[in-house]
Amino acid sequence: MSTPLITLTDVARYFDVSPPWLNRVLEREPRALLKAVDGVSFSIGRGETLGLVGESGCGKSTVARLVVGLYAPTRGTIEYDGKTVAGSAATREAAARQGMQMIFQDPYASLNPRWRVVDIVAEPLRVTHPSIGAPDLETRVGHALEQVGLSPADGEKYPHQFSGGQRQRISIARALAGEPKFLVCDEPTSALDVSVQAQVLNLMRDLQRSLGLTYLFISHNLAVVRYIAQRVGVMYLGRIVELAPARRLFRVPRHPYTRMLLESVPDLSLVGKARAAVAGEVPNPLDPPPGCTFHPRCPYANERCRREVPALVSLADDVQVACHGVIEGRVPVDARVGA
Amino acid sequence: MTEAEPALAVDHLRVAFPTRRGLLVAVRDATFTIERGEILGLVGESGAGKSVTGAAIIGLIDPPGRIVGGEIRIGGRRVDQLPDEAMRRIRGREVGAIFQDPLTSLNPLYTIGRQLIETIRTHRSMSEAAARVAAIALLEDVGISAPARRIDHYPHQFSGGMRQRVVIALALAGEPKLIIADEPTTALDVSIQAQIIELLKRLARHRGVGVLLITHDMGVIGETADRVAVMYAGRLVEIGPVEQIIHHPRHPYSAGLMGSIPSLRDERDRLAQIEGAMPRLNAIPAGCAFHPRCPRASGRCAQEDPGLELREGVGLACWHPLDERATT
Repeated sequence: MSTPLITLTDVARYFDVSPPWLNRVLEREPRALLKAVDGVSFSIGRGETLGLVGESGCGKSTVARLVVGLYAPTRGTIEYDGKTVAGSAATREAAARQGMQMIFQDPYASLNPRWRVVDIVAEPLRVTHPSIGAPDLETRVGHALEQVGLSPADGEKYPHQFSGGQRQRISIARALAGEPKFLVCDEPTSALDVSVQAQVLNLMRDLQRSLGLTYLFISHNLAVVRYIAQRVGVMYLGRIVELAPARRLFRVPRHPYTRMLLESVPDLSLVGKARAAVAGEVPNPLDPPPGCTFHPRCPYANERCRREVPALVSLADDVQVACHGVIEGRVPVDARVGA
Repeated sequence: MTEAEPALAVDHLRVAFPTRRGLLVAVRDATFTIERGEILGLVGESGAGKSVTGAAIIGLIDPPGRIVGGEIRIGGRRVDQLPDEAMRRIRGREVGAIFQDPLTSLNPLYTIGRQLIETIRTHRSMSEAAARVAAIALLEDVGISAPARRIDHYPHQFSGGMRQRVVIALALAGEPKLIIADEPTTALDVSIQAQIIELLKRLARHRGVGVLLITHDMGVIGETADRVAVMYAGRLVEIGPVEQIIHHPRHPYSAGLMGSIPSLRDERDRLAQIEGAMPRLNAIPAGCAFHPRCPRASGRCAQEDPGLELREGVGLACWHPLDERATT
């Protein structure tokens, strides 16, 4: 990998979800800390797409918000383009975030219905280039709209005049207008129908190739992540349990949770085939199990897994996995048939 | 109800919503059947008319929408023209419903036992004690562990997946012959989805219940359904066995839809793309509704609506279909 564009080192974010002070005193309830993200480390190379997957509540969206600075980390550092932007030595200058944009899930909620599209798309430009002149602004907005397959004339319309897929294109145009290097995409296609999703995913891939963009792509949909990402991280209860090149992860998943996820996803190629249903559900994140948080659902768990939290360890082929069983060789390696 | 009758027979169903600017036809001439123990998947993108079709069958179309044509028979009995009171008795007894969000289907103020027992006693003449035994058996059947204890818990004490199991138990309480499941797994995490799919399949087989499974998730359909019906702009465009529709679709829209889905198993360099978007109900093109987006469209497609004829459970509405067995 070339020099990474962004590096997260042991980043954590806790939320205090304690009951109000009076309840704590009267009902003797303890403070409650939700460890939404608990020690996540990864880096993304320039021009690369890293996908983050996991079930709801695993902390993937919190990671996105930490990366763009919507949350400050409780612990750990985030380095972007050679500068520390969050954590102990954070400079917190807005300029440091230049070149970073975010695309959200719901194209209905993320566009101001009272603004014309041209104003929506121009907004980040006005922040990054405060002294920009009106003609230049117009050219750039028109260009951004063309890049996502809309026409510059669409700038005069309002968001309600567009379909869901077109609105998500407007969100992408808004992100592109500031000429970013890095896009953080939090479930950008989850609210879209599959045929529209295909249009948006193809567009995002084309833009990455032509503009050399770097993506952090967050989704619960494994097939979408496989299509768009070069490397994939799997999250479970606030931690990354496996991080590997996409091809490897989907062909030879190592962590028992990754395997379980891959096994449980309905897929078109499985028509008519029975699938092992997975037992159990994600535990309450307020009261996670000790040791490896996956051990209650893991068929390979032993005493050590119940006691000791596994660290993310590098294996061959750029694969990292946090599992005692894999390191000790207790978990067999099996390539997925037909994958 | 005789055993020979299909669980559901829908014939040229037409549902319309009157507006100031005229009648909007949300479902146009839908024709399909579901046999006992069969799962029919109804797929399509938002606004295609899937949920309205489901709502029409259980008699719960949002007003001012109404059925303006065609017939619906549940177990051979015609239900589309029944008065509200009679339809209320059929709902639950003859046809059960499962919706996307289990929380909205359960009353948060009552224990699940009370809700189950009440439902059972509404539809079957049973004593309170016998209904409680039946309720516990139902909970066990849908995979809730320690049902004798869990029956006295409130909905909030269950996780999302368990709640959806309770909703399925409620849908089964009247021992219906047909279940309408509208996006039953959409609000659930993938690992829970798999469990619910398994449960639906098992219940359909063992109890001989016909299931109309409405979803936009083709993966779920692929694993669950026996046959699939594809809907576009209020019309059924193709019906056939699941394997055929997914791997060898003949309607260009079905083919485009299948090609646009990223797969876990095969690497695709590029997803197939259907240009444009589905038309709004007030701007459905003449002829075949899909023709402006269709790569195979001809002059005929712009003028004549192909219509769908059902023959032995298979049907296709297209003037220029793809070859049989053509792979996507």
